[in-house]
Amino acid sequence: MITLDNVSKTYGSGSQAIHALKPTNLHVPQGAIHGVIGLSGAGKSTLIRCVNLLERPTTGRVFVDGQELTALDAKALNQARHRVGMIFQHFNLLSSRTVFANVALPLELMGVAKREIRDRVQPLLDLTGLSDKVDKYPAELSGGQKQRVAIARALASRPKVLLCDEATSALDPQTTASILELLQDINRKLGLTILLITHEMEVVKTICHKVGLISAGELVEEADVGDFFTAPSTRLGRDFLNAFLELEPPQALVDRLEAQAGPSTHPVVRLTFAGDAVATPLVSRLARDCGVDVSILEAKVESIQDRTLGLMIAELIGSPEKTREALDYLESHDLQVEVLGHVQRDA
Amino acid sequence: MSSAMLELILEATLDTLYMVGISGLIAAALGLPLGVLLYVTRPGQILAQPSTHHVLGMITNIGRSIPFIILLVALIPVTRMLVGTSIGTSAASVPLTIAAIPFVARLVEGALNEVPPGLVEAAQSMGATPYQIITKVLLPEARGGIITGLTITVVTLVSYSAMAGAVGGGGLGDLGIRYGYHRYNPTIMLITVVILVVMVQGFQSLGDTLVRKSDHK
Repeated sequence: MITLDNVSKTYGSGSQAIHALKPTNLHVPQGAIHGVIGLSGAGKSTLIRCVNLLERPTTGRVFVDGQELTALDAKALNQARHRVGMIFQHFNLLSSRTVFANVALPLELMGVAKREIRDRVQPLLDLTGLSDKVDKYPAELSGGQKQRVAIARALASRPKVLLCDEATSALDPQTTASILELLQDINRKLGLTILLITHEMEVVKTICHKVGLISAGELVEEADVGDFFTAPSTRLGRDFLNAFLELEPPQALVDRLEAQAGPSTHPVVRLTFAGDAVATPLVSRLARDCGVDVSILEAKVESIQDRTLGLMIAELIGSPEKTREALDYLESHDLQVEVLGHVQRDA
Repeated sequence: MSSAMLELILEATLDTLYMVGISGLIAAALGLPLGVLLYVTRPGQILAQPSTHHVLGMITNIGRSIPFIILLVALIPVTRMLVGTSIGTSAASVPLTIAAIPFVARLVEGALNEVPPGLVEAAQSMGATPYQIITKVLLPEARGGIITGLTITVVTLVSYSAMAGAVGGGGLGDLGIRYGYHRYNPTIMLITVVILVVMVQGFQSLGDTLVRKSDHK
């Protein structure tokens, strides 16, 4: 439904050039919810704005619904944009128009007759739960309600694709959840393809099917959301995941960690359980089969859509040979083992 | 006070209202599109044309930098050509209008500048043409600011019309100078000033009311 073919964006030229987006390929199939996550300034905004050509790519071609947008003249592009809805971090509603008139705007722009506009706006207000706000002005609404108006407005022209530019970043967690639910609902009911950019892992975790990780203008990782949350393949992906899971070893432990194993140290490991490993009683087996005691420092279980993810930071207490054996045992199972360092055995 | 005097005051008041009204209307009609053009031709704007913007900006600045009293005299030939005479309220309305057009344009440009760029972007993402962006987004969203600007213009025109009146235009300024100053009649002077004050207050409250009604922020 959306295809970016070698799309890049460079501001300025020569030695002053800023490569906001390096040549990027992206494909979002019909009906998918595709997320792109990255830090501020990573180029995610540029990426999404290249899709409807709010930002004209320096190189490459953009296809939406089989049509090459980059090949269109101004008039045809405006027509094509009716099939691509967009919502924004700051809603961008017209303060001079009521809720109804805001939702009606894209239809007015398309030259739809007044009576038909009324017939088309009302169901959208019902869908987004705004039926009682028809005559209110945006200033009278909460952030979540404003984003609902923006969603209704974006859907008015019956687009095939919805672009969400940090759509929940200005909202509190509860409101974010309700907006995400609405987006998911729309995706299912209308079969709308959604491309969203965000810096919030929560958003990706909740509604995305696939996710891309963008860094310094480059898509460095692309994966199904379940895989991304259980086994990110890049360092940045792991950083995002750890920050999201808030599973960092306690500072007191970090201060004691040594990089090299010594004759009298214990390894401290971070274990990530996914898939079958979650259900396996590995800790008690370590104690029984390898003769190693496990001191759990931190642990949590997170459910990512239909998958379960277990995380643990633990100290393996035993002789060097025993702990080595224990690590081998862990690695032979379906889980990730990361040795964070070694601590001196307590006297 | 004699009835002749009262009649004179009434006539002068109507003259002032006429000058302010006609020059205000024409200046708004011409200054508004000029202000919009100044804004949309800016670099990075929806109809970016830096050279056009530059030329328009220069003309506007020239119009705004000439002191009104000089414009008043310098425009006499133009006034004669347009109205056939350089004396009277209609004649005085010509320099008033010319002075007010760039004034309105800059105020309109400033009001448009207050419209959040995200709104224009949202309209673009909906496939709006530049004309639609101007009529459906920029002007409605800047309405409060534009009305404020027009109110400032009208109030300024009231005081400028007094100056125009002094060089043969009629109106309250003319009355005040001729009867109040030259004939040393402090009552007349006071009355004209009071009427001007009331007039300005009236325009200002009218403007404020309109702004309040159009503002949903």
